[in-house]
Amino acid sequence: MKELDNNKIIEEVTNSEYKWGFVTNVENDAAPKGLTEDTIRFISAKKGEPEFLLDFRLKAYRHWLTMKEPTWAHIHYPPIDYQEIIFYSAPKKKEENKDLNEVDPELLKTFEKLGISLEEQKMLTGVAVDAVMDSISVTTTFKETLADKGIIFCSFSEAVREHPDLIKKYLGSVVPYTDNYFAALNSAVFSDGSFCYIPKGVRCPIELSTYFRINAANTGQFERTLIIADDDSYVSYMEGCTAPMRDENQLHAAIVEIIALENAEVKYSTVQNWYPGNKEGKGGIYNFVTKRGMCKGNHSKISWTQVETGSAITWKYPSVVLKGDFSVGEFYSVAVTNNYQQADTGSKMFHLGKNTKSTIISKGISAGKSNNSYRGLVKTGRNASNSRNYSQCDSLLLGDKCGAHTFPYIEVSNKSSIVEHEATTSKISDEQLFYCKQRGIDTESAIGLIVNGYAKEVLNKLPMEFAVEAQKLLAISLEGSVG
Amino acid sequence: MLSIKNLKVSIHNKKILNGLNLEVKAGEVHAIMGPNGTGKSTLASVIAGRDIFEVTEGSITYQGKNLLDIAPEIRSREGIFLGFQYPVEIPGVSITNFMKTAVNEHRKYKGLEPLTASQFLALMEEKKKLVELQTTLTNRSVNEGFSGGEKKKNEIFQMAMLEPTLAILDETDSGLDIDALRIVANGVNKLRTKNNAFIIITHYQRLLDYIIPDFVHVLFEGKIVKTGGKELALELEEKGYDWIKKELEEKASV
Repeated sequence: MKELDNNKIIEEVTNSEYKWGFVTNVENDAAPKGLTEDTIRFISAKKGEPEFLLDFRLKAYRHWLTMKEPTWAHIHYPPIDYQEIIFYSAPKKKEENKDLNEVDPELLKTFEKLGISLEEQKMLTGVAVDAVMDSISVTTTFKETLADKGIIFCSFSEAVREHPDLIKKYLGSVVPYTDNYFAALNSAVFSDGSFCYIPKGVRCPIELSTYFRINAANTGQFERTLIIADDDSYVSYMEGCTAPMRDENQLHAAIVEIIALENAEVKYSTVQNWYPGNKEGKGGIYNFVTKRGMCKGNHSKISWTQVETGSAITWKYPSVVLKGDFSVGEFYSVAVTNNYQQADTGSKMFHLGKNTKSTIISKGISAGKSNNSYRGLVKTGRNASNSRNYSQCDSLLLGDKCGAHTFPYIEVSNKSSIVEHEATTSKISDEQLFYCKQRGIDTESAIGLIVNGYAKEVLNKLPMEFAVEAQKLLAISLEGSVG
Repeated sequence: MLSIKNLKVSIHNKKILNGLNLEVKAGEVHAIMGPNGTGKSTLASVIAGRDIFEVTEGSITYQGKNLLDIAPEIRSREGIFLGFQYPVEIPGVSITNFMKTAVNEHRKYKGLEPLTASQFLALMEEKKKLVELQTTLTNRSVNEGFSGGEKKKNEIFQMAMLEPTLAILDETDSGLDIDALRIVANGVNKLRTKNNAFIIITHYQRLLDYIIPDFVHVLFEGKIVKTGGKELALELEEKGYDWIKKELEEKASV
């Protein structure tokens, strides 16, 4: 067994199949292809939305028409024809499922197959799930348990009906529709998503989780998540995503907005595993997502933790606006690209308040012929005295056909801030692989071990339930990239 | 157990081993000595299956099998262990996790169930004592930031965990102080049985004060040129290698 050629090894780690690529046969209730004001009115009417929301959508749409798709990211893809996309698709039958007995058993089976049980008694204790298929929320579990504490956790549509005042107050307050091209698009056509409100002084006792699934063909998924943590509250929120294997690319343009008030803390964890396309780079999800948190109150804290293994293209920069004094923003990320995947991802930290602190730990892993870029912005405002940032961007390369890039932007406008940036690039060495093999560990397991070791700092930040899944996912997405 | 016949090895077309012969039987300890750059580490690497070396001629048979046909991880599971001269760092991977993976791979190969966490920890505690390993060391990443002595002790600890049939220690003694040397040697002595064998590559006779070898070989210019008992090591320590070179030259001129 000659293994002189490390490249060959790496080619092979990239050979495993996507395991979540099945399609569920449910009838869809869909909007006609393409995007006009009528499409937006159709979506809004379907959902029986109040006037202010339709207005918001239309303003966003009109603004979107004036914008150009951004081209600054280190990614390449053919132009997207927005008139070929279906902007609204919902599994037919019931618009809204009050309890599980009303949910289409096909849908339950789908989520069961994905390892997400929506039947509360069978669920992992301590995780409440909102399941979103294509454009709408299928069901939300543990709602009553949460309601006892005054916590609101429901689909976005339900929140619009039941808590319009909160939606009106906070929707677009962190990510305005003018923010960027994809944010404007999302604001115009978003269909559903999750909403969460933690009242004053409440620590949410269980993990909240949204599971996003794209099912229908030619459909874009545009979900919107809004999390509000009132004074002195705490919540840990998790997001998971998968999609069927399809030859054509599918667009996913989501928005997540988080508001943390005085002394509140929000932990947002993502395990993103959208279909990445096949080995030749055909198909896969275009993941153009805007995620931003606002540390509005003093001493508030928002952390983003993400493990990204999927999508043909990833374009996202979870950010924190540190408005409150002494507020803290964190970003921990592991981004894996393999085959022909492209990722341009990183974080932005805006220091506005005094004594604010942010940490960015980014671990990129590139294999195959993929391209993995870190792009980050750290900005400290004139009044952000004594603010601090520490950024660490590491890249790990598997093979010699992939790329890793780092684009850090630093803007400091006051004299008392300290901003640090460290970056490293490394490879898995032949010596490391041989050392593992000499102990009886084959190449594939050795890579899994080394990659998980490399990403440990980030994986440790994930909630338990997610950490195990993420570890397996890392090993699987690199399977075959080394032989 | 191990039979090496007329082994010729090169790297980048440079010949390193040039017709090496060696027989190792169960229960034996072989010491291999020799000047720098004569192929001692190459021999160890080739037995373990490092693929950067090209075997151009000869054979290695291990327990009746052609070793050269076997992948390095299988050689390990078949009981071959190499204590590295320069153990590599694996950041973020704890020794505990690393060894758990290795031990369970070995067990799987033998058709055994993997050890449970508590069984594994118990095994680890037992072996740690054997090599007087600090209890906190196993929580650290493999070899990362280890002192020279810690790295070598870690190698012996891993050897104890995997209980090899044939262990090759490549200059495990270099860079060790007297105490560490004694600990390493004690570890080896405790693991010695009539069923396993050791090949100890060293520059210095002092390790052989602690680990008494059955045979001492002198490797020179890619071949074993002299074999003797433990007294050969003493002689080498005293006189250096020049007299062997002279002997060889005389032989050649006859």
